[in-house]
Amino acid sequence: MAIDKGCELFDCGHRACGGCGASLAARLLLKAAGPETIVVSSTGCMEVFSTPYPETAWKVPWIHSLFENAAAVASGIEAALKIQGRKEKVVVIAGDGATFDIGMLCISGAFERGHDITYICYDNEAYMNTGIQRSGATPYDASTTTSPAGKVSTGNRRPKKDMPRILAAHGAPYVATASVAYPADFMQKVEKAINTPGPSYVQVHAPCCTGWGFDGSKTIAIGKLAIETGLWVNYEMVDGEVTKVKRVVRKPVEEYLQEQKRFRHLFKPVTLTAEIAKIQAIADANAARYGIDIKLPPRSGAEAA
Amino acid sequence: MALNVGCTAPPGRARENRTGSWRVFLPRFDHEACSKCGMCQLICPEGCISETADREFVPDYDYCKGCGLCAEECPKHAITMVQEEK
Repeated sequence: MAIDKGCELFDCGHRACGGCGASLAARLLLKAAGPETIVVSSTGCMEVFSTPYPETAWKVPWIHSLFENAAAVASGIEAALKIQGRKEKVVVIAGDGATFDIGMLCISGAFERGHDITYICYDNEAYMNTGIQRSGATPYDASTTTSPAGKVSTGNRRPKKDMPRILAAHGAPYVATASVAYPADFMQKVEKAINTPGPSYVQVHAPCCTGWGFDGSKTIAIGKLAIETGLWVNYEMVDGEVTKVKRVVRKPVEEYLQEQKRFRHLFKPVTLTAEIAKIQAIADANAARYGIDIKLPPRSGAEAA
Repeated sequence: MALNVGCTAPPGRARENRTGSWRVFLPRFDHEACSKCGMCQLICPEGCISETADREFVPDYDYCKGCGLCAEECPKHAITMVQEEK
């Protein structure tokens, strides 16, 4: 593979769960970014599992900020490198809680000031490190410890926040979504983001076997199902315009939902058809908005009729 | 100006933590069936699969947690998960 730099900059021995999507995202990120990179990590699962003091899995300069200010720390590093005439690239890797909720202010500031940083959000759709609390990235009807499904609730009541569009609205020259289920695509997007001058954003879907409730061997299968059902869309935006979209022959959303314990309440003890229809409507809206549907030619039998 | 603040750790020191002890199932690689596509190496969340000089993909059992992602995704089904013997 052309962009494989042939080195393991995110090393063995980290304490992520077996099959962790986020740890795979960290590895792929550094494979694409290479050694001339300075990484800033906010508080989150990745920070905790990769750097329990005095251990670290990172083999590039890495700094832990607070939960909320990774983008501000990266801004400062970028400004300092610039004035010294240095060429290292500054990359933030933060979870969806740190990105969608807690770090929003600092991200908005960094993007508005136009720092040459790459912000990567590994999106596992809740606060996994502290025990699966809902975040602004948690999808509709997912059961978390702060949006538990039960007699009075069917899980998280709000749809996922559209973070990529918020950052595109800041005038970011490059915004993309990716998934660890498509590693080559993710690495290409990271490379592109790093080589784009100005602030760029890549949001990578990182299935969490512990938080979503599936076997660790299925991380990539689940990531693929999210895309194949239209509940996650892989696209690129250049200067605010969508330029590239991953198109699929769509599957019904049940195929994605029933594989995960966080959606189990939609099928047991009774199938909540109306709720599943609402989730299907979200997928349909995604499909219409991004034009992801591949139209199969009608079968010859149908034509004859 | 030197600023001695915060905590630092030498790069890659996590290698001291041998996560292979977590394993319940162990991936067995069938090198005959392998098509050398490198998918297992690319997607291993541990980054513990390497390619030998004779183009064989081998996991480092000191760090493999036995998640089974490589076995699940191998297009040739050349990796099987077997119960660990301890």
